[in-house]
Amino acid sequence: MLTLLSIIFIAALLAPFVHRLCPKYTGAILVTAPIAMVIWLLKKIPEVGHGHPVTESFQWVEKLDLELAFHLDGLSLLFALLISGIGSLIVLYTQGYFKGHPQQGRFMMYIIAFMASMLGVVLADHLLLVFIFWELTSFTSYLLIGFNHNSPDARNAALQAMLVTVLGGLFLMAGIIMLAGAADTWRLSEIIQRGDVLLAHKNYLPILILVCIGAFTKSAQFPFHFWLPNAMQAPTPASAYLHSSTMVKAGVYLLARLHPALGSSEEWTLILTTIGTITFLLGAIMALGQKVLKRLLAYTTVSALGAMIMLLGVGTSYTIKAMATFILAHAFYKAALFLIAGGITHETGGETSVDKLGGLRKAMPISFACAILAGLSMGGFPPFFGFVAKETWLHALDHYPLLVGATVIGGAAYVLVGFAVGFKPFLGKMPAELHAHEIPLSMRFGPIVLGLCCLAFSFFTGSIGHNLVQPAATAIVAKELEVHLHLWAGFNKAFVISLITLMIGIGLYCSRSFLVATAGRLGVLVKFGPDAAYQFLLNGVLKFAAWHTRVLQTGILRDYIRVTVLTTVALVGAALVRAGGFQRWENLAPVSIRIALVAILMISATFATVHSKSRLRSILSMGVVGFCMAILFTFFGAPDLAMTQLVIETLTVILLVLAFHHFPPFRHGSKKRTRATDIIIAASVGITISLLVLAALHVQTPTPVSDFYLEHSYKEAHGRNVVNVILVDFRALDTLGEITVLTIAALGAYALMKLKPKKEEGGE
Amino acid sequence: MEVVLAIVIGFLYGGGLYLMMRRNLIQLIIGLGLLSHGANLLIFTAGGLRKGGAPILADGEKVFSTIPADPLPQALILTSIVISFAVTAFALVLFLRTYQTVGTDDVDELKETETE
Repeated sequence: MLTLLSIIFIAALLAPFVHRLCPKYTGAILVTAPIAMVIWLLKKIPEVGHGHPVTESFQWVEKLDLELAFHLDGLSLLFALLISGIGSLIVLYTQGYFKGHPQQGRFMMYIIAFMASMLGVVLADHLLLVFIFWELTSFTSYLLIGFNHNSPDARNAALQAMLVTVLGGLFLMAGIIMLAGAADTWRLSEIIQRGDVLLAHKNYLPILILVCIGAFTKSAQFPFHFWLPNAMQAPTPASAYLHSSTMVKAGVYLLARLHPALGSSEEWTLILTTIGTITFLLGAIMALGQKVLKRLLAYTTVSALGAMIMLLGVGTSYTIKAMATFILAHAFYKAALFLIAGGITHETGGETSVDKLGGLRKAMPISFACAILAGLSMGGFPPFFGFVAKETWLHALDHYPLLVGATVIGGAAYVLVGFAVGFKPFLGKMPAELHAHEIPLSMRFGPIVLGLCCLAFSFFTGSIGHNLVQPAATAIVAKELEVHLHLWAGFNKAFVISLITLMIGIGLYCSRSFLVATAGRLGVLVKFGPDAAYQFLLNGVLKFAAWHTRVLQTGILRDYIRVTVLTTVALVGAALVRAGGFQRWENLAPVSIRIALVAILMISATFATVHSKSRLRSILSMGVVGFCMAILFTFFGAPDLAMTQLVIETLTVILLVLAFHHFPPFRHGSKKRTRATDIIIAASVGITISLLVLAALHVQTPTPVSDFYLEHSYKEAHGRNVVNVILVDFRALDTLGEITVLTIAALGAYALMKLKPKKEEGGE
Repeated sequence: MEVVLAIVIGFLYGGGLYLMMRRNLIQLIIGLGLLSHGANLLIFTAGGLRKGGAPILADGEKVFSTIPADPLPQALILTSIVISFAVTAFALVLFLRTYQTVGTDDVDELKETETE
């Protein structure tokens, strides 16, 4: 698994180069990587179906207990097949969609990188690994939505999707850390066996809520659903792939994966069913009034995701079977419709509104055929796979009349959208100004394969149910169950409800112009929606940042020093108070008169330096301080320091004296109040530092490093002067660094002196 | 003894920072100088003051008979003195050039990146 995953990542890296070398066949070459994955997965179906998951594990960071662990069971297999299978078709489609586009290589890179990340999410067995891939999908999604970076709308949508999903990711991270703590393992395959421990754990509810927030943001559940329709700014291949069939299902996947561990509690059912149902209805109802092809599809995607969460929340083995079936059905018809919608927009020169399209059946017969298949499957018409899924679903909700009611409303909306995208653009009269032609060959694979699957799956319900749905459902429920899907389950209650749904749906479609008009009038409500709340929060953060920068980054040195110094005083002071007192006053060197005299001299010289109005006096007083330093060094056994200090201090004073007359005399007096404040601040630093020195005296390391130097300097370095040996031998590299600093300073000073800025000639 | 030095260090820090908060470029450099004196003395004092003589072996000896002054802070300070000289020299030239280019030595006026 790791090998195949790496191959796809490498394919992503190579994509721009492949595109440069043979731009006509980029897609055809790159598609080999995901196809290899598909073949491998197909070969594993029998093994996994018999309950033998494929596992792989490599040590990564031992200390962090981090392994590259992968685990392929029924659930992972279903998702991985969808990701790599649809991914292959998308790569081919991209080839045609971006034909001749100079940035095609870049797009390919993003979308294949996304594919690999998404495969990582569903295959990884280590929670941290899942999280890493999870964040990678958010990141690649950001790049894909913002692909048209010249458009401000695309940039905003990309940022919004990123902020919402990454914020959710942070919650998820907290959740999985607590989850791993509670289960005492990072391995998902082990966590799901410890459901009873987790259910009884005191952190159960926080874990559930945190994980749910992570999953809900990713899977666009209410109230985080708003980013998904906005994300339709992405180029269509990305919308079809990320924002309908794969990435947005990551949240559903994660919750399904954790169902054995966290499910089967009342809280689980309550949270998931409530949020899922709200999202399901909200998405469906909002889809009714949409005019733009991709937005129609986007809102029903939100709705479908809600339905999956709802079915998962109910959590009986029937609803879970229904969910797995629906995931399959939805992925196929939704991706097909997106690809067709993209094709229509692409071939009509950018037309996106449903109402301005019509009569394309002659110009685009192949697209039309695929659209019929996918549209009818979406509506849930027999004998399409969408019908099978809806039957299973209605059957599973037998004891939940409220949810059946919701399903009827939602299902009717799907009929409307299926018609509006699948039929409306092709039927009727073609508007005069519309010119269209059939999509090119590479763009046909996707719609044809996906569309045919929508129909063909219905005739292989037995084998689909047995090989794909059953292992997936088994993994979610974590106990053996049998799945028998039927195209025709008899004339029962579910079928009647299905028929009613279809009828209402057709009725809705007929009154679509009224619905769109109503939606237009209700548009004001958007001002109070979560999207507006997001904008409000974002603006708030930006305003706070602007205020913060204005206050702290004034550009005046004094303010910077004040902030830095006061922070230091506060932190060091707090640390000193916490350390408490200065217990050890012993071992202090005795006060001798000569040192006391030097100290007094230094303090007076400092005063003179600070206070003097004359530049020369100030400089000389500073020199006095430096020479006093040299005296102190000689007192305490540091002749080398004393010598260096003398030389350097002399040099500094000479330098300053030479330079100062180039400057004007001191003339910028500060205000009295500023000076007073500065004195207080300076005094507080002085006192803090004095206390710090006193406190530092009783910090004593058990074995000072110095002992090593004292002992080894003659034995190993053959030098008698230990300080010199440290500098040129033990820490020679540091000294090299020091010399480098000196050289750079010297070069810089020289350059500043010699290179005069060119005087601008002419002037303005 | 340490108490006396601690007070001196406090004064050097306070004086240095006070000068750095003034508006003249020259005072800024002098303040920087005082501050580095303070820092050097801080390292020196915190490293422990021993009156045991310099850490230099006399001719013919192979080990220290009495414990000498700690060589490590000395090595650090030696580096520090040299570096602060480099900084002072560079700052001086930089300020000189700034004054000549911008036409002011008032630090408060040096807050735009654009010259006229």
